[in-house]
Amino acid sequence: MFEDPAIWLPFTFAALMGLSILIYVVLDGYDLGVGLLFAVANDDEKDRMIGSIGPFWDANETWLVLAVGLLLVAFPIAHGVILGALYLPVALMLLGLILRGVAFEFRVKAHARYKRLWNRLFFIGSLVTALSQGFMLGLYVLGLEMTAAHFAFAALTAICVAAGYAMLGGAWLVFKTDGDLQIRAARWARIGLVASAIGFAAISAASPLASPRIFDKWFAFPEIALLSPLPLLAGAAFVGLFALLGRMPLKNDRWAIAPFLGGAAIFVLAFAGLAYSFYPYVVPDRLTIYEAASDPESLLIMLYGAVIVVPVIAGYSALSYWIFRGKASADLYDH
Amino acid sequence: MDPLALARIQFAANISFHILFPAITIGLGWVLLYFKLRYVRSRDMAWMDAYRFWTKIFALSFAMGVVSGITMSFQFGTNWPGFMEKVGNVAGPLLAYEVLTAFFLEAVFLGIMLFGFRRVPGWVHTLATFLVAAGTTLSAFWIIALNSWMQTPAGYDIRDGVIHAADWWAIVFNPSMPYRLVHMLLASGLTVSFLVAGLSAYRWLRGDRADAVKRALGTAVRLAAILIPIQIFAGDQHGLNTLEHQPAKVAAMEANWTTGANVPLILFAWPDEANRTNHFEIAIPDGASLILTHDPDGVVPGLDQFEGNHPPVAPLFWGFRIMVGIGLLMLAVSWWGTWRLWRRKEASPWLARALVAMTFSGWIATLAGWYVTEIGRQPWLVTGVLTTADAASKTPAPMILTTLLMYLATYAVLLGAYVTVLFYLARIGAKPTGEPEEGAIQTTLGAANVAAGGN
Ligand code: HDD
Ligand code: HEM
Ligand code: HEM
Repeated sequence: MFEDPAIWLPFTFAALMGLSILIYVVLDGYDLGVGLLFAVANDDEKDRMIGSIGPFWDANETWLVLAVGLLLVAFPIAHGVILGALYLPVALMLLGLILRGVAFEFRVKAHARYKRLWNRLFFIGSLVTALSQGFMLGLYVLGLEMTAAHFAFAALTAICVAAGYAMLGGAWLVFKTDGDLQIRAARWARIGLVASAIGFAAISAASPLASPRIFDKWFAFPEIALLSPLPLLAGAAFVGLFALLGRMPLKNDRWAIAPFLGGAAIFVLAFAGLAYSFYPYVVPDRLTIYEAASDPESLLIMLYGAVIVVPVIAGYSALSYWIFRGKASADLYDH
Repeated sequence: MDPLALARIQFAANISFHILFPAITIGLGWVLLYFKLRYVRSRDMAWMDAYRFWTKIFALSFAMGVVSGITMSFQFGTNWPGFMEKVGNVAGPLLAYEVLTAFFLEAVFLGIMLFGFRRVPGWVHTLATFLVAAGTTLSAFWIIALNSWMQTPAGYDIRDGVIHAADWWAIVFNPSMPYRLVHMLLASGLTVSFLVAGLSAYRWLRGDRADAVKRALGTAVRLAAILIPIQIFAGDQHGLNTLEHQPAKVAAMEANWTTGANVPLILFAWPDEANRTNHFEIAIPDGASLILTHDPDGVVPGLDQFEGNHPPVAPLFWGFRIMVGIGLLMLAVSWWGTWRLWRRKEASPWLARALVAMTFSGWIATLAGWYVTEIGRQPWLVTGVLTTADAASKTPAPMILTTLLMYLATYAVLLGAYVTVLFYLARIGAKPTGEPEEGAIQTTLGAANVAAGGN
């Protein structure tokens, strides 16, 4: 079946798109989470928190551009349907991204008396972005239907995604900061973890109930046996991470990166579950990736580019994380 | 209100806001590289101060460009779903290549450029500065290729009503692409020249006569003086190319209602589309024939050839005159400035005032030029292939109106904040430099630092 380019190309692009959504959620997730934690941080901590994401946030957001770009160029019909249905939450998300992106700069460039205002906008922008992304996830999982019950569910997922981001943000700060802030960050991450566990459970329960197709995909033999490691692993990750965060930071700052990796692992598992549930649909129960795909020739042209360029991007992104390794501080701060 | 009209206004508002910032970052990236290289060669701190000051403005403009650009990448789907359905096979790869080759390059190396000065060897930092400039230029290359293809499509065939790519070389280097790319890159260079000159003159007028201010002022004025004649020549060539491929656009730009020889060049007029004529016309005899055919007796196509199927005349006529008018003003001011700086080695208050007044002239000319280009393509979205109306989405008007108002309010506030902060930064100036220590570069963004032994 994979000899036919009309099959393997859409599949490859769906995989690429999924991968960039996943990378986006984990990477921008931590910097959005840091923005959310502005709500509980003091002014000195805020500067250090910004320092910990400064060199990375722009590249993190570019994964969103790539994900939407891939949806647009590889599955143009689906792009229209999905973004049409999610028109308002998308607009809100963009507003949030605009606010936080510029607040990042303005908070240190505008006159000092406006710094508080821009700090607040940075928080609000992060919050609006996280909530609208969670809201879109909720609507998408239930098949893009617009009823009060669906909105209520989406409101729940909105809060849980925001909590998940706050958890990632806290874990990132455990990794990139020290002292008091690190201790407080571990506590923040723990609270976020609990709230995101609720969301995880809610989505896992709701998507099979909402779609008989998804129900059949999970609750049949032998699938259920083969798939059982997924929820078990996720449960173990939650428990382990909860315990670990309770002890952070360890002596000599050992394993400081472990909470972040644990948090990322939870997102990866959740994503794997969703991907399994929805394949081969790109618009749930309406449009498959094969129906929505562009021309094989055009996909091939893009694939050439991707195969050459994506490893290069991965390489220099890794380089930048290496260059900016170590703890963040605010002491390079100008005015 | 009509959803199509609203969708167009919304798209126009978003892209107009977006282009303001690329117009700065594309050119400023190269100017920063120049400052950095001058510093590396001379170890003269004045160059470093100029670099530091303008890096702040670069970072701010870049952030504005990124966030409004992300909005743009959603706008295609939300406002013009018909666009990707019909021409996605061509537009898709061009957009994909932009993200893959340009955006990641800019984003990652911008981090190193802004925060990495202490952490990487000097040459790596200079290389990062270069890669950021190259990245922004590369992204202009891809997006202009797409936009030019929409103006003058080539290299495709149509099967079952959908466009398929036939020849990628012909698609990327379509007939208007080289002209538009050159014209746009020069426009960015000029926008930056006048921005740098304007803010530096503002500092100079306020008594800040630091070497860094004078260096930046001198560089910017001379750069403008070099670029503007090239731009005028490039614009002329661009117009001739447009005459060949989109004659209706040129006829509307010139408000020329009748085909014929000895067509005058209209300096001022009030185009009247209902009666298909001009009022209050002031014109140079044979001028348009001379410019467009290089022969006073040359025959120039008029709007009568395209009746019922040409773009609106008044916005093109005026947009074009605003752009060219600013171009001529730029020529006058930059040559005056160059002459003055050459003879007296110092600006004069009147020169400085003129430069301050011209600070954002590049923005106005760039917007005017884009409006001419884009409105001049109407009623087509892709010339001869797809009309704007056919590509529009079915989103209900109240929804578009809500988001439009939201965007407009946000943009108005942000634009105000941006301009205010530019002048605020100019007032507080660059921090006085201490020892020319390698690690002195800082940006105000805040930075990550190695706790243990980073330096
Ligand atoms: C001539 C130049 C030009 C034009 C006409 C456009 N752009 Fe742009 N864009 C740039 C030049 C640029 C840039 C110079 O590359 C920017 C500005 C600042 C920046 O970060 O990159 C950018 C940023 C930028 C970003 C953020 C990239 C990032 O995360 O780094 C996106 C998603 C877009 N643009 C998308 C668009 C779309 C969909 C456009 C058309 C409708 C468009 N741009 C017109
Ligand atoms: C960067 C500077 C640009 C500016 C200032 C600009 C401005 C405009 C304006 C004013 C319109 C509305 C014209 C009308 O409706 O009468 C328009 C339309 C449009 N332009 Fe551009 N444009 C720019 C670049 C681009 C690029 C790079 C693309 C695509 C790659 C593009 C694609 C479109 C599309 C799809 C429309 C919709 C049709 C319409 O609204 O009429 N534009 N643009
Ligand atoms: C003074 C002489 C100039 C001439 C003769 C000229 C000519 C033109 C023409 C004919 C177009 C429309 C091309 C088309 O739609 O096919 C155009 C567009 C444009 N102009 Fe100019 N121009 C001049 C100066 C300037 C200046 C000073 C700037 C900015 C600093 C500028 C920026 C632009 C931009 C951004 C566009 C839209 C993109 C494009 O089509 O290239 N122009 N110009």
